[in-house]
Amino acid sequence: MTTDDLLTVSQFSVSYDVTPPVEAVRNVSLTVRRGEILGLAGESGCGKTTLAYGIQRLLKPPAVITSGSAVFHDESGEDFDINTMDEIQMRAFRWEKASMVFQGAMNALNPIITIGAQLQDVFSTHRPAMTRTERRLESGRLLDLVGVGSNRLRSYPHELSGGMRQRVMIAMALALKPQLMIMDEPTTALDVLVQREIIEQISELRAEFGFSVIFITHDLPLLLEISDRIAVMRDGRIVEIDTARKLYENPTHDYTRRLLASFPSLTGERGGFVRRPGEPALDEEAGSIR
Amino acid sequence: MRFFLRRAAFYAFTAWAAITINFFLPRMMKGDPVSAYLQKNQGRISPEAIDSLRTLFGLDSNKSLLEQYIDYWQLLFSGDLGRSFSKGLAPVTDVIASAIPWTVGLVGIATVISFVVGTAIGAFIGWRRGSRADGIVPVATFFSTVPYFWMGLIAIAIFSTTLGWFPASHAYDKGTQPSFTLEFAGQVIQHGFLPALTLVIGSLGGWILGMRNMMITVLDEDYVTVAQAKGLRPSRVLVNYAARNASLPQLSSFAMSLGFIVGGTLVMELVFSYPGAGKLLLDATTAKDYPLMQGLFLVITLTVLVANILADVAYAILDPRTRQMEA
Amino acid sequence: MTTLEFKNVSKKYRVRGSGELLALDKVSFTLTSGQTIALVGQSGSGKSTIAKILTQLERVSSGEVLLDGTPIPTWGRPLRRYRQSVRMVFQDPFASLNPAHTIRHHIERPLRLDKVVPADQVEEEVFRLLNRVRLSPEQTIDRRPHELSGGQRQRVAIARALASRPALLIADEPVSMLDVSIRLEVLNLLAELQREANLGVLYITHDLATARHFSDEIMVLHHGTVVERGKADDVILRPQHPYTRALRDASPDPEKHFAVPTTPGATS
Repeated sequence: MTTDDLLTVSQFSVSYDVTPPVEAVRNVSLTVRRGEILGLAGESGCGKTTLAYGIQRLLKPPAVITSGSAVFHDESGEDFDINTMDEIQMRAFRWEKASMVFQGAMNALNPIITIGAQLQDVFSTHRPAMTRTERRLESGRLLDLVGVGSNRLRSYPHELSGGMRQRVMIAMALALKPQLMIMDEPTTALDVLVQREIIEQISELRAEFGFSVIFITHDLPLLLEISDRIAVMRDGRIVEIDTARKLYENPTHDYTRRLLASFPSLTGERGGFVRRPGEPALDEEAGSIR
Repeated sequence: MRFFLRRAAFYAFTAWAAITINFFLPRMMKGDPVSAYLQKNQGRISPEAIDSLRTLFGLDSNKSLLEQYIDYWQLLFSGDLGRSFSKGLAPVTDVIASAIPWTVGLVGIATVISFVVGTAIGAFIGWRRGSRADGIVPVATFFSTVPYFWMGLIAIAIFSTTLGWFPASHAYDKGTQPSFTLEFAGQVIQHGFLPALTLVIGSLGGWILGMRNMMITVLDEDYVTVAQAKGLRPSRVLVNYAARNASLPQLSSFAMSLGFIVGGTLVMELVFSYPGAGKLLLDATTAKDYPLMQGLFLVITLTVLVANILADVAYAILDPRTRQMEA
Repeated sequence: MTTLEFKNVSKKYRVRGSGELLALDKVSFTLTSGQTIALVGQSGSGKSTIAKILTQLERVSSGEVLLDGTPIPTWGRPLRRYRQSVRMVFQDPFASLNPAHTIRHHIERPLRLDKVVPADQVEEEVFRLLNRVRLSPEQTIDRRPHELSGGQRQRVAIARALASRPALLIADEPVSMLDVSIRLEVLNLLAELQREANLGVLYITHDLATARHFSDEIMVLHHGTVVERGKADDVILRPQHPYTRALRDASPDPEKHFAVPTTPGATS
């Protein structure tokens, strides 16, 4: 374990305690390095979101962590084992060390309170010493940083476009300068032009603040462009993890190959598309896990 | 601002429509009970009282409908709703005014208590879904399905007849005159306790269940997870993120139930012989006291309207999206 | 040979408070049997308005929509004939099938209504259609939609659309709600059926890559106007309009990102 590592997840398993139990994440081990973007690719039901929630201990019953550990190596040298912290320690850890960005165009923001209030309650929780004015100024500064503008503090989520809302989420995730940001399909609901702007903003901010990102999406082409490394998940397991280029050029697992082939190339050859008519379709459709 | 003007126009129209229907209804009645009554009691009613009754019930056959309609509005604005046949020809306005405070006071307080307590309990057990708190659900369902009159009678049988803790009927002891003394207030509370308690118990379950189900829906929303991921204290997530959103639909039901306070508590007022508006309406109906009935209908319609206005205002304050949708 | 023609079609929506919104501005195009056109645009571009006009959910504000030279009928038997020759496949396979009915019912209905085959051959035809969309008839025919996966459901929707032997098919984001690994199968299937039956297909999508490979031509829609149209490869590889170029450049393209050297086996 080197100091380059930020998060070490080992043998992590999560089950949904229903009858029969569903193993959503099975013995996942991975490391997130300081400052890298780690892509987590997979289709719906593969367990990628469950894994991300598990790392933050945000799972709701009937989901339970059945085994494994997730250890966060703070830049101070201190280690935080996520499974052994009590409720109060966990609350202090959340957002301070690791924040999250969700599908912003959907409903990650509370519709009935202003975005300013939602930014400020991060500070009132984690920085109780800050005065009201300081909180407001700092929230405004964050909104300026992501290009929303501090004059939007009093806006409600529905008054902003999908792209704007996602920027607000990013501003919020930045608030405490965390070392890790978990992004769950942050651009899926957005148009491709807006998606590109958001992606560029994330890389700029990362260059400036040096946080690591776990970027979760089913959009493999996007991941290939932005990630340093990519983990491909299927049925709760990581089937392959490698640098983006290696994964793209030399995928070793069949499923990775199949996933890559699912996205026809924009400017290149047709790939798997319509090239081989008459060939029996791959009938093995991924079953969804509830 | 546009939003409020639009709503105001809507309510003004509704009020106008309701009052106009109230004007036409007696004119469509078969027979002429009012003339017959006036005939029978000639000399006992003052000429101007007769005039207003004539206007209210369309007996001025020599006037055009439009003139009658204008006269009718003038009467309403002067607060004259005619004379009650069954209450010794007292002005209808006075009769209603003497009953309304009892109903509004008792039922209003009971409704507010029930809403506040039920919503709080519902929020809590929704928050703790799957825990032992869920045990409240079947109990709440049971009490909300028990017929009210039965519960009222059981309450009288136990707490009044057997234990003698509370009086079984009326709003205050017989023979006392309403006054602003401590003793009288004590009587009112003692008399009101059982009716209020049964009303609260009977309606509590609905509030609990409604709030609990909404909480469970809201707890699955992303913004609640975000609030937890932000490390906020559970009490803050519960109140500011979950319960605030979950209580919005509760609020409209609350306004509706406020609207039904005046007209909708007939059973309670019967069981406890409580001198409120519901009992008054029943008395008026049995006595064929048309002026009183008409006056009560008007008051009931207007309370429902006012309650709806309150709900709209509250919604607009609490949910910024409503304001925008109309803009 | 069937031809669907959009002639200077405009569609205005009244927006409360702020006047009118021009969702489509003088859009013209023709779709003929055997032809595949991709209609590409982002949300708000007007592409779903075109789909709504074609399904008769919306009326045009000005201009004409002609099927073989006659305006789309709005009622009665002519409308049914129109619906027989222009069929739809929708985005959401969960919403477009009735959960209360079996797959058999879904496919039999258009067969019987449009009297495609004699009554005694309906069963046989249902089997044939299910086979064509590569579903095992024995295993699916008596099931209900919720017992099938998303991909299977979308195939049922395609079989149903094909039942009345249409000349034209409008596919409105037919794969965007499916899991990524089965999207291509469904698109490949559509492409194959298109060739077999010489269908004209309007493929409505926001995805440039599949648009390029699926269709002969691409029309790019932006704020209600067609900003660019041409051969699929030309539009993507040599876009003329700045908006098309912006869209192309914003779309993830790992092939370009990693540029050379790329091993040939990487994408198959």
